[in-house]
Amino acid sequence: MNASDDTDARYLDGNAMGGPLAELFAPDLTAAMIICANCGNEKPLAAHPVYPDAPAMVVRCPGCTSVVMRYVSDQRGVRFEMTGVRLLTIAEGSDQPA
Amino acid sequence: MRLPDWPGHVAGQHVDVRLTAPDGYTAQRSYSIASPPEQPEVDLIVERLDDGEVSPYLTDELRTGDQIELRGPIGGFFIWPEHSDTPVQLIAGGSGVVPFVAMLAHHQETGSPVPVQLLYSVRTDADVIARNELRPRNGVDVVLTFTRDAPAGWDGPRGRIDRDKLVGHTVSPDQRPAIMICGSTPFVEALTRELVALGHPVERIKTERYGGMGDGS
Repeated sequence: MNASDDTDARYLDGNAMGGPLAELFAPDLTAAMIICANCGNEKPLAAHPVYPDAPAMVVRCPGCTSVVMRYVSDQRGVRFEMTGVRLLTIAEGSDQPA
Repeated sequence: MRLPDWPGHVAGQHVDVRLTAPDGYTAQRSYSIASPPEQPEVDLIVERLDDGEVSPYLTDELRTGDQIELRGPIGGFFIWPEHSDTPVQLIAGGSGVVPFVAMLAHHQETGSPVPVQLLYSVRTDADVIARNELRPRNGVDVVLTFTRDAPAGWDGPRGRIDRDKLVGHTVSPDQRPAIMICGSTPFVEALTRELVALGHPVERIKTERYGGMGDGS
């Protein structure tokens, strides 16, 4: 890769959301199952592409690429938007703190 | 690192390290924990990226006795499958091997009966991370492939991991291995596709992509 690569090439995955979301939620969410509000695709958060270079951290659906979550932590505080999530499930017993 | 009030971690978890400049600018990066839970101190292995905002400070400036701000342990997905009833196949590209260093040490410390194979793609011999911890032993098979230069006399695999290397050096689909892949985004995506094409169910494949701009092998 080189500096001329566009932002689309520089995505991570939902594992990178574990720390930021630990500011808001007690249980780890990287293993949580997410159903996309747009297409109904169900995958663990960790398997979602995450674009960290946008003004927000943007989590997209691995099926239809719709935005499922956006997270910002800056001088104004923490803002978290998840209207793209129809259902988030934390499995019984996976209460390992993040 | 000695971390007061550290709650303990599980192999595969990471921490977020945050640096704050005098003007308040902050930069944060995630680093996998290289040490097993059985070790009280926490080890990180940091690959220096010349144009990085965090790694040059950690590798060049940080001194014994300095304090850093970090958050963790983080992650409940990309972690060692503690009670796996099938073999575990680990596949690493470049510094993506770090969480597996912790897993193999934990495997040894606990005397785990779970068979493990690691296939590790690395540029050159000088780039091999944690060589001592990656020695093959009873129940642990380690295969390296060198993508740029192999050491003199090397008779093992060379070049990037492709379908032939997956067939030759990973647990076959009929054994239903739990598969974990860690490396750059292109590395993870390409190998996930190949493994699925070989007949591994995608649900058995867990991945972690890192943001390093290295070639990821």
